[in-house]
Formats: sequence, C-alpha cells, structure tokens
Amino acid sequence: MSQDTGAEAEATLDQARQFGLSEDEFKRACRIMGRTPNFTELGIFSVMWSEHCSYKSSKVWLKKLPTTGARVICGPGENAGVIDIGDGDAAIFKMESHNHPSFIEPYQGAATGVGGILRDVFTMGARPIANLNALRFGSPDHPKTRHLIDGVVRGIGGYGNCVGVPTVGGECNFHPSYNGNILVNAMTVGLARADRIFYSAAAGPGNPVIYVGAKTGRDGIHGATMASAEFSEDNESKRPTVQVGDPFTEKLLIEACLELMESDAIVAIQDMGAAGLTSSSVEMAGKGGLGIELALDQVPTREEKMSPYEIMLSESQERMLMILKPERQELARKIFDKWELDFAVIGRVTDSGRLVLTMNGRTVADMPVGPLVTEAPLYERPWTPAPSLPELTAKSVEAREPIAALKQLIACPDLASKRWIWEQYDHLVMGHTMQRPGGDAAVVRIPGRNKALALATDCTPRYCAADPKRGGAQAVAENWRNLTAVGALPLAITDNMNFGNPERPEIMGQFALCIEGMREACVALDYPVVSGNVSLYNETNGSGILPTPAIGGVGLIDDAPRNVSLGFKHEGEIIVVVGQTKGWLGQSLYLRELLAREDGAPPPVDLKAERRNGDFVRAQIRTGAASACHDISDGGLLVALAEMAMASGIGATLSAPQDQPAHAFWFGEDQARYVLTCRSAEALLQAAQKADVPARVVGKTGGGALTLAGGNAISVAELKGLNEAWLPAYMAQ
Amino acid sequence: MQAAIILFPGSNREQDVHDALHRATGKAPLKVWHRDTNLPKADLIVIPGGFSYGDYLRCGAMAAHSPIMREVKARADAGTPVLGICNGFQIITEAGLLPGVLLTNRTLRFHCKDVHLRVETSQSVYTRRYNAGQVIRVPVAHHDGNYFADKDTLDRLEGEGRVAFRYCSEAGDVVDQSNDNGSARAIAGILNEKRNVLGLMPHPEDATDPLLGGTDGQGFFASLAEALS
Repeated sequence: MSQDTGAEAEATLDQARQFGLSEDEFKRACRIMGRTPNFTELGIFSVMWSEHCSYKSSKVWLKKLPTTGARVICGPGENAGVIDIGDGDAAIFKMESHNHPSFIEPYQGAATGVGGILRDVFTMGARPIANLNALRFGSPDHPKTRHLIDGVVRGIGGYGNCVGVPTVGGECNFHPSYNGNILVNAMTVGLARADRIFYSAAAGPGNPVIYVGAKTGRDGIHGATMASAEFSEDNESKRPTVQVGDPFTEKLLIEACLELMESDAIVAIQDMGAAGLTSSSVEMAGKGGLGIELALDQVPTREEKMSPYEIMLSESQERMLMILKPERQELARKIFDKWELDFAVIGRVTDSGRLVLTMNGRTVADMPVGPLVTEAPLYERPWTPAPSLPELTAKSVEAREPIAALKQLIACPDLASKRWIWEQYDHLVMGHTMQRPGGDAAVVRIPGRNKALALATDCTPRYCAADPKRGGAQAVAENWRNLTAVGALPLAITDNMNFGNPERPEIMGQFALCIEGMREACVALDYPVVSGNVSLYNETNGSGILPTPAIGGVGLIDDAPRNVSLGFKHEGEIIVVVGQTKGWLGQSLYLRELLAREDGAPPPVDLKAERRNGDFVRAQIRTGAASACHDISDGGLLVALAEMAMASGIGATLSAPQDQPAHAFWFGEDQARYVLTCRSAEALLQAAQKADVPARVVGKTGGGALTLAGGNAISVAELKGLNEAWLPAYMAQ
Repeated sequence: MQAAIILFPGSNREQDVHDALHRATGKAPLKVWHRDTNLPKADLIVIPGGFSYGDYLRCGAMAAHSPIMREVKARADAGTPVLGICNGFQIITEAGLLPGVLLTNRTLRFHCKDVHLRVETSQSVYTRRYNAGQVIRVPVAHHDGNYFADKDTLDRLEGEGRVAFRYCSEAGDVVDQSNDNGSARAIAGILNEKRNVLGLMPHPEDATDPLLGGTDGQGFFASLAEALS
C-alpha cells in the first residue's frame, strides 16, 4: 500500500479515459498502487503507458530486429544508439518523429523535433555533427500542403541553423495519404570518444538529482498522449499541447553539458523529452533499480502556481536531468552559471524503489518505479497481411517515348529538386561537409581524422503499402545502397516507424511485415538497428498514412578523399550499369506519374544480389576505378542518368538493349543497381564477371545533352530547368 | 601572427574560422569568452558567425552591448584589424564600427549556398592577395544579410573604395539575380575608414579546403597571414 498522499483526491475512470488509458489499464494501475491513484499519479501512469513512451503495441515486434554486431557499443533502449567507428571514436545517432505537433503547428512542431533529437544525442556525450530529416507531405493540391512545407522547413532551419549543427541531408515526398498526417522525422548524428559515453541509469542512493536548462512552463502537457491518438476534425484545438523551441538555450545547453562531461561529475544523465520530468526521472530510476525523491517546489518554473501534475507532465523544451557525484556539484553549478542556465538540485536518489514527489513538504505522489516500467501493458494486437498484388508485365504497361517520359518524371513532385528546401538549412557550418545535400548520401568528415561518415535516410512508402515485407526490406537495402554509392561501408541504422492505428489488424499487419522485411535485410547486409522510434496513430478520421518505416543509416569512409559523388566527372567516360535490369514497372513512378496507376507488386529485393553488387561497387570506388556513382531507385535508370548529368552539366550518349521494351529498361525500378562511370570498361567488366555481378555498358559521357542512340535527345540545361523549377514555383503560388 | 576569436553565447562558426586561420598562419588562434574582461594582445580580432543571444532581438544587437566590445572598439581605433563575419558583421555594425545595417533577406528566407563575389579592392590586409575585379566563389549562410545604408553613406563607401566585396555572377557581372539577399548596391562586405575593420556576410573560412568544395577563400587568409606576420 502506498503512503496516503493526503489532500490529493482520488482519480476516476473518466479521467483515466480522458488521459487515453483503457479501463483495463486503469485497473492495472490501481492494482499496482494497491489503491486508487490520485490525479498526479494517474497522469504519470497515463504518459508512461502511452503508446509513445511504452511502445505497448510495437515492442513485441521490435524485439525481432537485429541490434547487435561487432561495431555496436550500445543498441536500442538508451537515448540513442552508439557504434564504434575506429580510432577510439564513436558515432551516436537516432531518428525521431515529431509528426503530430508538426501538423498542428508546423514551425514549432518541426523545430522542437530537431531540438529533441539533438538532446538525445548530446545527452550521451556526443557533439552533434550533422542533422538530417525525412519529410512526407500530402498532395501538393491539398490546401494545407504549402503552408505545412513552409512552416516545417522554416522550423527545421530556424532551430538547426541557430544551434550551429549542419543539416546535411534527408528526403521529401508527397502522397495524398499524408494529407491529414504529415511526417517529420529528424535524425542527429554526433561524435564522442568511445570510452566517454554517458548513460541514463541512476546510481548511488543519496546522490543529488539536478535539473538544468530552461524553466518549466505549461507547454506540451500530455504531448505524448496526443502523439498516441488519432486526429479528428478538432485537432487544431490541440495547439496548446505543442511545445515552443528555443534553439539559443539548446546551444548553451550543448556547450554546458559537453563542458561538464569533460569532468567525472556525471553519474547519469537523461534529457527531458516526451513526458518531460516524468519519463526522465522514472526511466533513470527504473534502469538503476533505484528510487527517486523530487521536491517539485524546487523545479525552476516560468509560470506561477504550477500544480504537481503540470510540472511532471510539462514538455517544455531544452531541459535535462542529471545525477551528479555530490562532491562535484559546485563544479557543475559553475559551468551552468557560465552558460547562464538554470541549475537546481530538485531531489536525490534513494534505495526505496519508489518515485516520491513532494510539494512544499507535502507528499503529492508516491508510486513504485519498477512496476510502472516493467508492468506497462504490452499488446500482441491481431494483424492481417495485406493481400498480395499481381506482377505487372512490361506489355501490360503503356510505352511512352523515353525522353518525353523523362521530362515529366524529372519534374514530378517526388523527383523534382529539393534545393529550395536544403538551401534554407545551413549545411556547411562546422566546416566538414564533404558532400552537400542532393546526392545519394551526405558525407561529413570527422574533425582531425582522415575518415568521414556517410549519412542518408530512405523509405519507399508506396512499396511498403503494396507489399509491406518487400517494402521493409527495400527501405533498408536502398539506404545501404545509398551509403555504398558514395564509397562508404554501411555500419548501422536507426529506424523511425510511422504507421496508422495499430488497433486495426491491417495496419498492425503492415507493421509486422515491414519489420520482418527489415529484419531480413538487416541480417543479410550486416546492418543492425541501434536506435529508433515508433509513431503510430497517424490517421485522420479513420484514414491512415502509407506505412513509412524511415531508415537512417550511418556508414564509414576510412579514406575520406576517396568518396565519390554522383555527377559525371569527365567527358568520354564509359557508363556502366551494375545489377540486373529486368524492367520491373509495378509500383514504379513511371506507372504513377505518367499513367496515374498505383498498382502491381513492388520490385523484389534479392538481398544476396544486393550485398554482392554493393560490395563490388564499393571496391571499385575504393580502388579509384569508379569516378562517379549513383544508386538507381525512384524513376529507374534514365532518371538516375539524368541526375548524374544535371549534377555536373556533362551529358551522355546512351543505348538500350534491343531485346527489352525500352520503357521497362529505362524506367523499371529493379533493385540492387548502380550506375558507375570509368575511364575504361574492360577491367571493370572483367572484375564484375569474376565477382558474379551483372554489369553492362549503357553509354558514354560527353556533350551537353542526354542522347538516346537512334532516338531523341534533351539538353542537360533543359533537364535542369525542369527539375529545379517545380518546388520554388509551387511555393511561390 | 596571433589571432583572437571572441565567443558570444550562440556563436557557432568559430571553429571554421579558427581552422582556416590555423591552416593559413600555422598558429592556433585564441578563443576568448565574451565575459573575460581582459582581451589578450592580438594581431587580429575576429568576431565569428552564429546567432549571438539567439538573434532574438535585432541580429547582433545584444552582443554589440557586451562589455568586451568596448575593448574591441578601442583596439580597432588603435589600428588592430577587426574582422566580423556574418553575425560578426551584424555585431560590429550594431556596435558602430561600420556604417549601415543588415536587414532580413529580401526573400524572407535563410540562404545557404555558394555565391560569387567580386573583390572590389586589394587595398586591405584582408584582400591584398586578390586582384581587384577578381571573382571568387564562397558560401553564404544567413537570414539577415541584406546590407542597407542611406545614399550618402553608400556614395561615400564607394568613393573611398571601402566596398570590399560585391555579389556578382560567375562572370563577374553585378546583376540583380546574383544579389539574393537584396543588399544595397550588391554589397557583401565593407571596410572602415582606416581600412583595418572589415565586415562581410559570406564565409571565406568555409572555402579554404580542397576536400570541402572550394579554395577561393584561401586568398583571404593568406592575405592576413602575409600582412600581419
């Protein structure tokens, strides 16, 4: 039986329902407490057991993903994943969604998404060196889309630019399924010494619990609960639950934390993200198997008369919770004074195993930490597989003249240049950006070393909808391919699982099968998952998004100058396609953009071929044989070639084989393929044959146009004009 | 040559300029926290890019009133070269070391991209290794780089050869399309009367390494290394 918390009134089932708990969950909370929880305690149960914090629908599936490997220092479960990148260095990274807030208030929603993921990374002792973002918007014709793009891009830029971390890459697609639920997934990558990683498990009963950063306000209360429910017509009224970001304070917090981390003062540290002080204190105590006592009247607040409930559930930004060695408390205080940040001792670690909250000496909550975490509900929700779709033959798909088709594809929203977006992000600050946005992967040099990291995010949601398992595998494989295409060895991924309502069996089926596809790809490609985030209930009025398991990958280039970009480098070089082109048109952009068809099975993913072809390509880049490289994905081969030409201004003369329908050859989206350029094809083709890798010459670089042998041509300048025009023109309307 | 880089809360391009100076001079610049009252002896004072105090007030306005700026002004008056890049340019104009003001870009958006600059004068410690009229390619990264001053001030700046850099096309033509932020007379950087204080919006420090997409900014730091050692 918990200690009686005096004047605090007992909570009711009605309140529990309002907080998003089911009747069973409310009963479970009562059973754990041995009494009916009071209002504050109920609030704590409800956020800790929200989908967002507890992963109650997804956990049984997430466990299936491979999370270990020779390079993995810390897998999922901490603030971010940690991998070994050699020389005593570690890369720390994670991707996280801020979908619901970004739809309601795009600027602040996206900005605080960036702030939150940065904190997850520097909490572990890393200096953030790069940000990426994976964005999905609704149809360009939808009346809200323009406003949402504008706000999200300004928000990401406003935050990332100010904190001085370069935003080096990402992706942006459009589909009507996102009309009511956009996706804003932000990824941060940081660097730390492998022997200086900071974790969140509390230790040492009696040690002080310190609150640092910004003050606590009434913003974002129950944000985690909002992120765990569907939207309805009245979602605009949820605006007050969106937090407000302050990148300047975040910048100070980064510098202050990293300065303190130079000392041995910190026992444990955790950022206050979703569910604020509640989840940070409960998680720290839970991981350490200990208890925590907090005096809520000591919490720095920016508003008067905040109740215990409000203080515990506030999602005010730019705050951290630390447990310090008592003898280092003054040293820490001085550092935070220098950076003009709040520093308050708000409690202590105990060995009681309980979370005890007091306000002006009165106990306002007293609950067991262990059961709050370990007895959180877990659901094995029923699921049904999506019906499988028929394979389309090239014959059943209307053939268009390739150059005309290319013109249309290169200007469609998904393939149009996203320069308008990334030029609003400072992608150069810190001075280590070797490959800027717009290529297969960003390349960021590691300060003081001759090596670099390659970073990319990927997912093809239309494939995932058509065949979740194939789509899940494809997302991982394409990400692995994009890192390979710049010459990197892909090391590990973070995943951001964006899905609809898991209580619907068909959505749960998408989730389960995407995970299965991802699992197979991760195993086959030696590409473990080290961190991630799940965002469910991306539905409005019962209509869900395309399943979108966004993959953020990190790869290592051990000889940084050896990275290659996608632009053609010289005239007169031979263009080689690596991988087999069967001409798979099901779910292709050709089908969708030219023929308004979203049908057929998506391309199969042969993971053995993927690995073989990728390892071959990486070797060609490392030996210097390949001067340019590009992966073939959305839009197929001719789109990839056009992108290589546009990146350099150099054209090419191209030919298709006689024994294949031209539209399938140029626009099929077969997987495991790359385009390479080289001075002489002979050695490369021989090496390919030896490695059992299909490779064929498709043309030669040169001139100012893409010319199809025996067919039409288009100047690179015209292509570039079409590719660059769409987004700025759309945003100017 | 010893350079000192002044750090305000929110500075974020200090390492970029630190590395560029280090490479050019062989000597690591000092980093000086703005609340340190004693500005060390230095041959060059740099105020780097960033978002001092979050730029929540007018860009640079808060930092301009930091106590250390009195000492910076005194050194500038005594002839020490003072370089303000991007937010540093905003700070030293707010502090009155240079005339004019940096307004919000005419697009109302942040711009991060390579631009072409015409070096308008080689008569300064910052530009002596360039030729007047030379076109260089360096990045910009700012939201408020739209230089503005009244007509008399602009005429004076031009008449005294104090415009150091102008936005231009790749061929060196000063045309409207090259002036993304909308600066008066396409001005990207200006000198004070004594020609020892330079403020500019672009980032020559981010164009000094061949592995990072350009080396046209090397001349800027080579000029300083040559002039001040």
